[in-house]
Amino acid sequence: MIRIIAPLIGLGFAFVLVLGLFGTLTSEAQPETAEHEFHEHPKKLDLASNGVFGKFDNQQLQRGFQVYKEVCAACHSLKYVAFRDLAALGYSEAEVAAIADDYQVPSVNPDTGEAATRDGVAADRFPLVYPNEVAARAANNNAIPPDLSLMTKARHDGAAYVYSLLTGYQPTVPAEVTQKYPEFQVSPGLNYNPYFPTLALAMAPPLVADNQVTYADGTPATVDQMAKDVAAFLVWTAEPKLAARHTAGLASVLFILIFTGLAWGSYKTIWRDKKH
Amino acid sequence: MSFPWAKQYEPKSPVMKWVDERLPFPRLVYNAVGAGYPVPRNLNYFWNFGVLAGAALAIQIVTGIVLAMQYSTDATTAFFSVERIMRDVPAGWFLRYAHANGASMFFIVVYIHIARGLYYGSYKAPREMVWLLGVVIFLLMMATAFMGYVLPWGQMSFWGAQVITGFFSAIPLVGEPIRIWLLGGYAPDAAALNRFFSLHYLMPFVIAGVIILHIWALHIPGSNNPTGVEVKGEQDTVPFHPYYTAKDGFGLGIFLLVFAGFLFFAPNMLGHPDNYIEANPLSTPAHIVPEWYFLPFYAILKSFTADFILDAKLWGVLAMFGSILLLFFLPWLDNSPVRSSNYRPTYRWFLIVLALDVLVLGYVGGAEATNGNVLIGQIATAYYFLHFLVILPIVSAAERPRPLPNSITEAVLKGKGGTSPSQTAIPEAHSPQPAE
Repeated sequence: MIRIIAPLIGLGFAFVLVLGLFGTLTSEAQPETAEHEFHEHPKKLDLASNGVFGKFDNQQLQRGFQVYKEVCAACHSLKYVAFRDLAALGYSEAEVAAIADDYQVPSVNPDTGEAATRDGVAADRFPLVYPNEVAARAANNNAIPPDLSLMTKARHDGAAYVYSLLTGYQPTVPAEVTQKYPEFQVSPGLNYNPYFPTLALAMAPPLVADNQVTYADGTPATVDQMAKDVAAFLVWTAEPKLAARHTAGLASVLFILIFTGLAWGSYKTIWRDKKH
Repeated sequence: MSFPWAKQYEPKSPVMKWVDERLPFPRLVYNAVGAGYPVPRNLNYFWNFGVLAGAALAIQIVTGIVLAMQYSTDATTAFFSVERIMRDVPAGWFLRYAHANGASMFFIVVYIHIARGLYYGSYKAPREMVWLLGVVIFLLMMATAFMGYVLPWGQMSFWGAQVITGFFSAIPLVGEPIRIWLLGGYAPDAAALNRFFSLHYLMPFVIAGVIILHIWALHIPGSNNPTGVEVKGEQDTVPFHPYYTAKDGFGLGIFLLVFAGFLFFAPNMLGHPDNYIEANPLSTPAHIVPEWYFLPFYAILKSFTADFILDAKLWGVLAMFGSILLLFFLPWLDNSPVRSSNYRPTYRWFLIVLALDVLVLGYVGGAEATNGNVLIGQIATAYYFLHFLVILPIVSAAERPRPLPNSITEAVLKGKGGTSPSQTAIPEAHSPQPAE
């Protein structure tokens, strides 16, 4: 019985699929779009944190933090990171306290109970830049600057994406794009960038000139260098335990290798006189 | 429930003797996974994956219980609590990555375990019940994994929940009310998150229970083996312990190496970046895709594009559930007396095509829905159903199997394959039935 019903069901599904297949064959291919053709994959980015043995370069992270603080922080929050976490970048307790002190965090007035702010302390997380989404949109031409804490994990090839986006702005739409897609336009208020999926984003180029920040360690602050440094910093904000994870991983793999070797030995010993 | 020559448990210490007389639990363990369970001597490495699946479940339960101590089941704080686990909880990153990648490892292992069963005919008499319970476990795993993926409350969590509960709205008339009832609201929100967490915590223990039945059912006829020939005598078997415990120990080592590779060095490789963006009901991701282990089924769902009596969407949902439910009928769709595909020269090729077909479906499930990909998906989906429902019944009736070895031991002594032209093609007609 089942061997009669089953083929009928199978052929039924196949029939409906063939109907769909004719539909697919006769439907017109989706027109190619400028967004599809000219969207570029991120440039390659070499960071100390890449690879199995990757560790953070604290000098670079401090430079990246400086870029974040002086450029990005005007619009972008870092709400999952606490000031105390910055100690991992090599800052002393006093330096961390000083950094936190520069920020105002939400609080209540102890006398009236009304909303107020106070100086940050190491235990606080970075405060939001805008109190809510409406304020963020109002200040940014109806676009919301996303929180950056997890940015490098929230995009494919995240660190390279951040670096490419920051260095990929083009002042005008390239001629080859407009030639092929005359209808493609960048709306007013948006900026052309081939590393952004829609080729146009609301964020104006944030790194516009060399020496926009002055690095404490004397590294020349080219746009390229600043973009790299801030990308490295955002790898850390997204995955602060990366170096610890790599170290633990190497130790674990070594341990499991020894275990597996011993298990192999006991397997071979036990089966020594059994043909199988 | 074993062969007559199975070793009997003999308590060595007076304490164990005392326990055994009052509650023979040590005896149960001894007979289940100890020296009291005789196993064919010719099992290959594919037979490691049952034990590995058990290990994967144990890892999921242990890491999951600890994670639940730190996780917050509230739509406004769930995402933040996961980040707190990653940043502030000691070894929290390890627990979370172990749990997330552990789910992938569980599916990798179970897919190989299922493929083993398909290739060596482990679903056939007298092991139908083992197979049926296995399919139940697989369904429970899928439900558990889906609900677990919703818990971090990222963009893919939210939109995945939206899409998957949307399947129910394809049911005519009552679909939409059922969907709202299941979610506890019009869209995934606090109510859905709470019930998913509750069920996500419950179901692994249900899975553990069904696994006990799965092993119990397996121990009635005993394990299958690569020749598919039943055990004929004591020379065909070895005691599970120490022979297979030692081999499983080695297998476990390899499993842990692969697991550690993902966990420590590529923990986000199998996940989707969008799930590091907090759920936002107002912003739909460009491509909503499920976790990799659901991609072949997602491809089946998307491949039905024509309305024919029923909506295309309903066809897709029926086919997607049907693609798993048909596995329940497999033991009766295949009436070839030969179990192992090593001795089924025609069917073997169809099985290999099926394996490739499922990989193609997996690719299509994750790819952009261009015309070309949809076309490939439709052909691959058609093959999937034709394979199980049309080709398998026909081939199993028409095929001339290669001659089987007379016994496991003979196959072992002759080396791999273990066939010679003098042997008969008649499968074991008078194999001894294991004593109850």
